[in-house]
Amino acid sequence: MKKLIAWFDERIPMTKTWNIHLAQYPAPKNFNFWYLFGVLAMLVLVNQILTGIWLTMNYVPSAEGAFASVEYIMRDVDYGWLLRYMHSTGASAFFVVVYLHMLRGMMYGSYQKPRELLWVFGMLIFLVLMAEAFMGYLLPWGQMSYWGAQVIISLFGAIPIIGDDLTLWIRGDYVISGATLNRFFALHVIALPLVLVILVFLHIIALHEVGSNNPEGIAIKKPKGSVPDSEKPKFEFHERFTKKYDIVDAIPFFPYYVVKDLIGIGIFLFLFCYVIFFAPAMGGLFLEPPNFEPANPLKTPNHIAPVWYFTPFYAILRAVPDKLLGVILMFGSIAALFVLPWLDRGKVRSIRYRCGLHKLNLTVFCISFVALGYLGLKPATEVYTFFARVFTFLYFAFFILLFFYSKNENTKPVPERITK
Amino acid sequence: MKQFLKTTLLVAATLWSVAGFAADPTVPLDEAKIDLHDKASLQRGAQLFMNYCLGCHSMEYQRYQRTFNDIGIPEELGTANLQFTGEKVGDLITNAMPTESANAWFGTAAPDLTLVARVRGADWLYTYFRSFYVDESRPFGVNNAVFPNVGMPHVLQELQGVPRKTTEKRMVDGEMQDVYVGIKADGSGMLTEAEYDQAMLDLTNFLVYTGEPMLLEQRRMGWYVFGFLLVFTIFAWLLKREFFRDVK
Repeated sequence: MKKLIAWFDERIPMTKTWNIHLAQYPAPKNFNFWYLFGVLAMLVLVNQILTGIWLTMNYVPSAEGAFASVEYIMRDVDYGWLLRYMHSTGASAFFVVVYLHMLRGMMYGSYQKPRELLWVFGMLIFLVLMAEAFMGYLLPWGQMSYWGAQVIISLFGAIPIIGDDLTLWIRGDYVISGATLNRFFALHVIALPLVLVILVFLHIIALHEVGSNNPEGIAIKKPKGSVPDSEKPKFEFHERFTKKYDIVDAIPFFPYYVVKDLIGIGIFLFLFCYVIFFAPAMGGLFLEPPNFEPANPLKTPNHIAPVWYFTPFYAILRAVPDKLLGVILMFGSIAALFVLPWLDRGKVRSIRYRCGLHKLNLTVFCISFVALGYLGLKPATEVYTFFARVFTFLYFAFFILLFFYSKNENTKPVPERITK
Repeated sequence: MKQFLKTTLLVAATLWSVAGFAADPTVPLDEAKIDLHDKASLQRGAQLFMNYCLGCHSMEYQRYQRTFNDIGIPEELGTANLQFTGEKVGDLITNAMPTESANAWFGTAAPDLTLVARVRGADWLYTYFRSFYVDESRPFGVNNAVFPNVGMPHVLQELQGVPRKTTEKRMVDGEMQDVYVGIKADGSGMLTEAEYDQAMLDLTNFLVYTGEPMLLEQRRMGWYVFGFLLVFTIFAWLLKREFFRDVK
């Protein structure tokens, strides 16, 4: 066995990679519940890829055959219903864990210097994930698939001058048709997953370059020679990390966080499997009832709502009376997150040591996001539109306020070391 | 942090509680107390479907064989009594009227009913079946309280009898108005009111089954998966405890 490993190590950096990224990677010892969601996102990604491959074996990407092939998978393929529900539940679970993962980053300032690029890669993943989910939702070719896509693609029509040509180019037809379905299928199963996997790889490489943040928001890298040997952890870390710095308050990712994450994975799977086996439609949130009716271009549903994970942005879009301005604001709400590392001019990372206004600001932001998500599911009545406007304002107010108060923020003293 | 979580949860809970009301149907729906384990009920539902619905409505994603096996009808018996136009037992239930005829006779194709329970819900179906009433202004002489201006005749009239809308004078907003209180059949049908309700419950049960024929297997498997996850999580916890002895 040793010989075999040596044989490989002479030809490819196998042991070295294992050590740098897992067995000798220093992770802060105070990770809490919020640090689970990165691992869970990876788990869901693997789930989506594997179930997706098997679904592709029986799915028929054509306007005539798509809907029937999904029902064929649900009824005639052995455990096809399980694959399909794992995939459809996985899509929603992906957004649940990614939203919580992003909130973690916002709470503990994980986007701040030197992790700006790490955050930007994360945001790119989020963007590609949204495109991936949107295109995947067209594939069952149900009523909501069809009309949801119709609404979202028409948004691009609001862009001046090129708008109409652009929507035509995206659809490949004057209406959503088999041509649209086929290209969405190609993008959904090949192009976007490939981009997604590459971005996830870059996200992790960037993370391991700068090191993981932690709930205290303080560095575990201290200047070389500043820490007495008695205070250094008893674990061996790779020289890549210890050459320039003294590492404190850290434990190797493997095996410690791997076994700890296994518990989190177990608990997550309880919830995940509850949905798969007992509530796969999740009361119409994960699988919308009208989507069990085949797409019919001649029959518009009474109420078109995107799937829940898009509704916060959809609510922002509808809150604005002007279509172009609405589209701009909707994309702006995502763009604002992209530039968060530069909007936040604070020096203190963790919410634990930041000012009261920041705590309030982030709380209001979360409430606005959830409220917008709820309002996006509802028809746009006068009252709902009013509230959507209020929460849209509060959503953007988060970023604007942050930019101003973070410059000279009244923060609490930050400890030197992780004590817990 | 705690305060932050508390506020967030509170707001989420409030929003969730008002999320309850959905698009309102025209009349209140009756609860369909169906039981997918009740094979006799499913068999009666299948019999009703094949005799009264399949003439126009297909069930094109579901197979005869699967249906017979799942609801406990021996295949030979099913083929002899529930397959009317000589299909093979492994065929999909597609032998409804042709779309061209449907367009000519009804102005539109009769929708496929395989998944109707997943689109409408069991309560809606159960109430719909029992909400036809005489309305001479409609082409087929009937209308439906749950599905206004419905485009199909009341094919179960021979079972139910002639149904009439009953109203009651009630005070609404300070005015006496005729308020819809339900449907009353004239007693000319083959079934009594209670028997008809039961028959419609059976039919609803069958349609819920065809919407999700895997439902019982799915739930059964779910419990085994929970069992596995319980063991997995306990061992993961023990493993973590063991390893974290090193981390003071």
